[in-house]
Amino acid sequence: MPGVDAIDPGAAIALSLWVATWCTVLGAPPAIALGWVLARREFLGKAWLSALVLTPMVLPPVVTGLVLLRIFGRRGVVGPWLGAIGIEIAFTPAAALIAAIVVGFPLFVLSARAAFVAVDPGYDELAATLGDGPARRFWRVTLPLAGPGLVGGALLMFARSLGEFGATIVLAGNSDDTRTIALAIYSLLERPGGQDQAWSLAWASVVISLVALLGYEWFIRRQRRRLELQ
Amino acid sequence: MSAGAIELALRLPWGERVLEAHGVVRLGLVGPSGIGKSTALRAIAGVERRVSGRIVLGETVWQDSASHRFVRPELRRVGWVPQDARLFPHVDVAANVGWTNAAHDELRAAVTRALGVDGLGARRPRHLSGGERQRVALARALLARPSVLLLDEPFTALDRNLRAQVIAFVAGHVRAHGIPLVVVSHDERDLGELVDHVVELK
Repeated sequence: MPGVDAIDPGAAIALSLWVATWCTVLGAPPAIALGWVLARREFLGKAWLSALVLTPMVLPPVVTGLVLLRIFGRRGVVGPWLGAIGIEIAFTPAAALIAAIVVGFPLFVLSARAAFVAVDPGYDELAATLGDGPARRFWRVTLPLAGPGLVGGALLMFARSLGEFGATIVLAGNSDDTRTIALAIYSLLERPGGQDQAWSLAWASVVISLVALLGYEWFIRRQRRRLELQ
Repeated sequence: MSAGAIELALRLPWGERVLEAHGVVRLGLVGPSGIGKSTALRAIAGVERRVSGRIVLGETVWQDSASHRFVRPELRRVGWVPQDARLFPHVDVAANVGWTNAAHDELRAAVTRALGVDGLGARRPRHLSGGERQRVALARALLARPSVLLLDEPFTALDRNLRAQVIAFVAGHVRAHGIPLVVVSHDERDLGELVDHVVELK
């Protein structure tokens, strides 16, 4: 019978950390690239691209999960293709990761876009006159000046994916392999005597969130000292 | 050392104003504020696309709107000192001055000493006075070994003594190193020692 097997809180914490860390690491390069493009470039279809990427932020996560299942499910759009080469997505830990990426990504993109908009393009111009090409200017000037905002975006994505529930339970299910902290708490609340364990997991997520937030504060302070803006 | 001559035929935005200069090596631009002097400097630097016309330095055509030629700023390698100095805020003075790493140590020592910024190396741009910022920006531009030096009101924050010193140094440096020069100023008195031709925009 499903749901009566013992729930391993340690495994749930480990899976949540794994999902949140990897989704942030994998999400960072495209989120930074997209944030920069949306901040600094004008092109046809920009509004549509922006809306498409941000949609998961406003949709109920369960709906995002349904759409993802329609894509990655065994009878979905790309699911059968992946299945043919031996890759299963739905109801695996990878599904929890994908759900977290899609739901958390918009927050990173929004922060990155705002961070790049806030960087005076005049510095980029000046570096150009000093002989730096576009890639070098991005690396030496724009990226460091946008740094605090980008780290803020990474933190938002990390936090959002840590708490992800709706899309995850639809795409990844609630099995021993895919039970994140949020799903484990949900399962524990449904069974008699599960309250205590649910609370210990709740405390674990409080601690993880605090560590992340304090890390962010530390980074911002260090950055401010470097810039000496105050 | 002889410097390449500057040839300009620019149509500035906002009205039908035209800036022309032919065969000038050290050019001064004067005129009331808002008339487009800074825009002209930006066009020469290659960071202003709203200006059409023709820019030639020595033998090299940097912009020719008629033939759609536009050389990117990183290939022009000018020494541009904008009015706000625009020092990179996330690195110290030494890193700003040495941004291009184009000058050898003796030149760097000589230029920073002459401009009085040799003691500021570890400071952040945020903590500099307006005059210090202008001189650091000037040092950064000169040490990039520029193809042309573009100065936008570069002496406004300097007191009279220092101003005379800095102007004398820049005038000597560009002549000794064969660097063409375009200086924007609202005060024609600053230009006498520096340039050999003045265009008034009106």
